[in-house]
Amino acid sequence: MVVFDRPKSLSPVPFHYCPGCTHGIVHRLVAEALDELDICGKAVGIAPVGCSVFAYNYFECDMIEAAHGRAPAVATGVKRTHPDNIVFTYQGDGDLAAIGTAETVHVGARGENITIIFINNCIYGMTGGQMAPTTLPGQVTTTSPYGRDRRIQGSPIHVCEMLSTLDGVAYAERVAVNTVPNIKKAKKAIVKAFQNQIDKKGLSIVEVLSTCPTNWGMTPEAALKWVETDMIPFYPLGVYKDTDVKLLNPTSTKEGN
Amino acid sequence: MAKKVLMKGNEAIAEAAIKSGCLYFFGYPITPQTEISEYMAKRMPKVGGLCLQAESEISAINMVMGAAASGTRCLTSSSSPGVSLKSEGISYIVGCDLPCVIVNVQRGGPGLGGIQPSQQDYYQATKANGHGDEQIIVLAPASVQEMAQLTSEAFDLADIYRMPAMILADGALGQMMEPVDFELTSKREIPEKTWATNGTEGKRPKNIINSLYMNPNDLEDSIIARYKRYDEVAEKETKYEEYKCDDADIVIVSYGITARICKTAIAAARAKGIKVGLLRPITLWPYPKKPLLKLADSAKHFLVVELNMGQMVDDVKVATECKKPVSFFGRTGGVIPSPADVLAEIEKIAGGLN
Repeated sequence: MVVFDRPKSLSPVPFHYCPGCTHGIVHRLVAEALDELDICGKAVGIAPVGCSVFAYNYFECDMIEAAHGRAPAVATGVKRTHPDNIVFTYQGDGDLAAIGTAETVHVGARGENITIIFINNCIYGMTGGQMAPTTLPGQVTTTSPYGRDRRIQGSPIHVCEMLSTLDGVAYAERVAVNTVPNIKKAKKAIVKAFQNQIDKKGLSIVEVLSTCPTNWGMTPEAALKWVETDMIPFYPLGVYKDTDVKLLNPTSTKEGN
Repeated sequence: MAKKVLMKGNEAIAEAAIKSGCLYFFGYPITPQTEISEYMAKRMPKVGGLCLQAESEISAINMVMGAAASGTRCLTSSSSPGVSLKSEGISYIVGCDLPCVIVNVQRGGPGLGGIQPSQQDYYQATKANGHGDEQIIVLAPASVQEMAQLTSEAFDLADIYRMPAMILADGALGQMMEPVDFELTSKREIPEKTWATNGTEGKRPKNIINSLYMNPNDLEDSIIARYKRYDEVAEKETKYEEYKCDDADIVIVSYGITARICKTAIAAARAKGIKVGLLRPITLWPYPKKPLLKLADSAKHFLVVELNMGQMVDDVKVATECKKPVSFFGRTGGVIPSPADVLAEIEKIAGGLN
């Protein structure tokens, strides 16, 4: 009996991610969700610039590589023209909460019926460890070498809290993948975020607190602990919004007009 | 006899797009092209389409990228400052080999510039839409009829060659009203979009729309392949109008609304016995190099007339291989020359010729 296998929606190629990085876990959870809901054949994934830029190599569904921060707009273009496709973006913190803030806020405002998987690891990974919009106060990065000083570099953005104020956001949950129980909860949230899209509920976002041992300068084990000791207290896990906005703004053009 | 409708240039673009099977419009308001958005907002719901106002031009062009990637005909429009914002998206769309149509109803620049007609985005449109080795098709209408017709052709060209096509108009063409016959719209055979990301349905391997290559040799190969396609476009799709060039000593090179001012000036010049003609590029890219080179044998002088500081002059010099002198006359910043101004330039040149 097979008890553990590669999800069908996950391509049989090795990840390029650093040792101890949790992108791989989240990729697997997304692929498992696509398998369980049997939506891989309808899915179109959009991964913009960041560590997950090569996501097009890792999922078996159709994939688009978008410009930095623009995935929600690209996803809007796909979903509005193909309401029956299942459209998801997979974005990092710099992408979603800095350069793509306008796109993020406005897919929320419009209640686009898409799913956003948001990886928050408090740092720019791909470019080598610069300060992110989610970098914690006091956190040392290559562009906040003396620790993030709120008076100079401002305060981190709490994405789920911010987005949950928008009418068009149906579901916003923050999860983490630092422990097995948390991974199980993350899986449940990701499946729900896709199920919501099938049910045409509006925008669903799952914020995943993720590790970056390489750029945090930690061992993989220490990084997992840092999520628990430093990240989760600042970014509390939980459901920030869970509603149904399909009556407010259905995606189908016929219904919408 | 087809029925003609009296319309604004901007509206003609919008209606021609819909008649060409474009049911998705993504835009952001900016003068002097906002009528396109407004027309789409009214019409699209009636024809089962969608007009979506984006939060920015950046977002609008990326919505176009998503729609185009999933195999749908789509349109975005803007005016000069807004097109600058779209440049990032245009570069990605080119890098991903996606077809779409982009309208630029030009206004004065740089910066916020003004809202009067201009042709100051010639360089941007024909040479530098975004970063990287890239090219898009650029069509320059000179009448409301051509606003409609070239929009329709732009969709076919974009789909056939898998690249963006731009309608480079100006505020005057956008705002003026003329009769339009929509029967003249383009109906070419379009290849099936087997590359589109619209779900595998488990029936084919996944499609990937991407402009990223980690191996420089692969990137180079992709660019070379694209430039071969550009050569094919230049070979097959170059369009221009030759007007009274056969016996012309002076050939004016001018496009868009400016070409019409030149035609009035040419009539006045010919009445005075000066042999003047006009070469009007309809495609600004691909550029009509061959007819210009041919005219360089018969003509004695070229005069470029534009609503800018002479952005097309170098293209004329290159096309004519500098065989004959090339002069420039233009107004910029939204100022439009009168036929008398152009006639004065013609007479100045004619004086030198004699």
